[in-house]
Amino acid sequence: MEKSNHRYSLQNYLLGIGLSVAIITYLYIVFKTSLPTPLKWGAGVMELAIAWAIVKTKCWRGVAVGLLLFTVIAGFLAEAPRLIVVNESIRNLYFHVPMWFAMIIILFVSVWHSVLFLKKGKLEDDIKASEGAYIAFLFGILGLFSGMIWAKISWLKAWHGDPKQMATLIGLLMYAAYTILRGSFQDDMQRARISAIYNILAYPTLIVLLYILPRMSSNSLHPGADGNPAFGQYDLDANMRVVFYPAIVGWTLLGVWIAWIRVRIKIVEAKNHGIL
Amino acid sequence: MGYYKLLVMALLFVSNFAMAQGAEVEMADAMRSNGKIYVVVAVLVLILAGILFYLINTERRLGKLEKELEDKK
Repeated sequence: MEKSNHRYSLQNYLLGIGLSVAIITYLYIVFKTSLPTPLKWGAGVMELAIAWAIVKTKCWRGVAVGLLLFTVIAGFLAEAPRLIVVNESIRNLYFHVPMWFAMIIILFVSVWHSVLFLKKGKLEDDIKASEGAYIAFLFGILGLFSGMIWAKISWLKAWHGDPKQMATLIGLLMYAAYTILRGSFQDDMQRARISAIYNILAYPTLIVLLYILPRMSSNSLHPGADGNPAFGQYDLDANMRVVFYPAIVGWTLLGVWIAWIRVRIKIVEAKNHGIL
Repeated sequence: MGYYKLLVMALLFVSNFAMAQGAEVEMADAMRSNGKIYVVVAVLVLILAGILFYLINTERRLGKLEKELEDKK
C-alpha cells in the first residue's frame, strides 16, 4: 500500500465509516440520553477529537459514506415527531435543508480560492473556485426542487411567490450567470480574474438573499420569517437532531468530494494541454 | 336542518386539529407495521450505494491518470 495512496485504500474507507459511527454515537449521547451534563460535554470533546482524527488520517471519504448511509437509513426508520400537515414529510429536513448548508459551505471555500487567485494568480485556485461554484449551484438546484416538492404537499402549491423561494431563485440565477460569464472569455487569466471578482461579490449577495431578506418579510411561509426563530436550538426535536447534524456533514462532504474530483480532472486536462 | 349539518361538519373539521398531537396524526405506521418501510430504505440505500460506488471508481481511475501523468514527466 503506497504511502501517497493510503487515503484511497479500503482500510481508510473503513476507518472513515467507523469514525462516522462514533460521531453518531456521541451525538446520540448528547441529544437522546439523560446522562449528566459533564458526560455530555465529554461527548462534545470526543466529537472534536474525531474531527481532528479525520483531518489527520484523511479518511473523510469514508466518513461521507458512513454519514450518508446513516442519513438515508435512520432518516426513514428513526422516530420523527408526529406533526399535522407535514406528517412523515418532516423527514425531508434531512435532505432539503442540508443542501443549503452544503451550498453555503462549499461557496465559502470557492470564494476563498477566488481571493487566493486574485492574490497569487495561480490558475489552480481559479479551477477550485469555479468547480466549487458549479457544485454549489447543483446543490442549490437540488435544494430548490426538493423544497418545491415539499411545498406541493405542505403548502398545497409548489410555487406561490414565497419570499424565500423567490430570493433563492434569484440567488441561483446569479450563479447561472457566473457559468455564462466564464464561457464568454477566451483568455484563461482574464476569465479567472473577472469570474473571481464576480464570485466574491455574489457570495454576500446570496447570503443576504437567502438568510436576511426572507427573515424580514412577514409573508414567508418558511420558518424564520418576521423575526421568528428559524432553527433555534430550542425547537428542533431531539430525535431529529441525531440524524439532522450528520446529514449536514454527510451531504457537505459529498459535495466537497464531487467538486474535488472535478478539480483534479480539470488540473489533469490543463496539464495535458500545457496550460498549467 | 342545513345549519345543523354545517355545525356537525365544522365541529368534525375542528376536532381534527384539536387532537392533532399523539396517535391521531397520520404517519406511515401502516408501512412500518407491515415491513414495507424496509423496502423504501433498501431502495434508497441501493441508489446511494450505486452513486457512491460510481464516485469511488471514478476517483480510482482519476488517480491512475494522475499517476501516469506524473510518471511521464
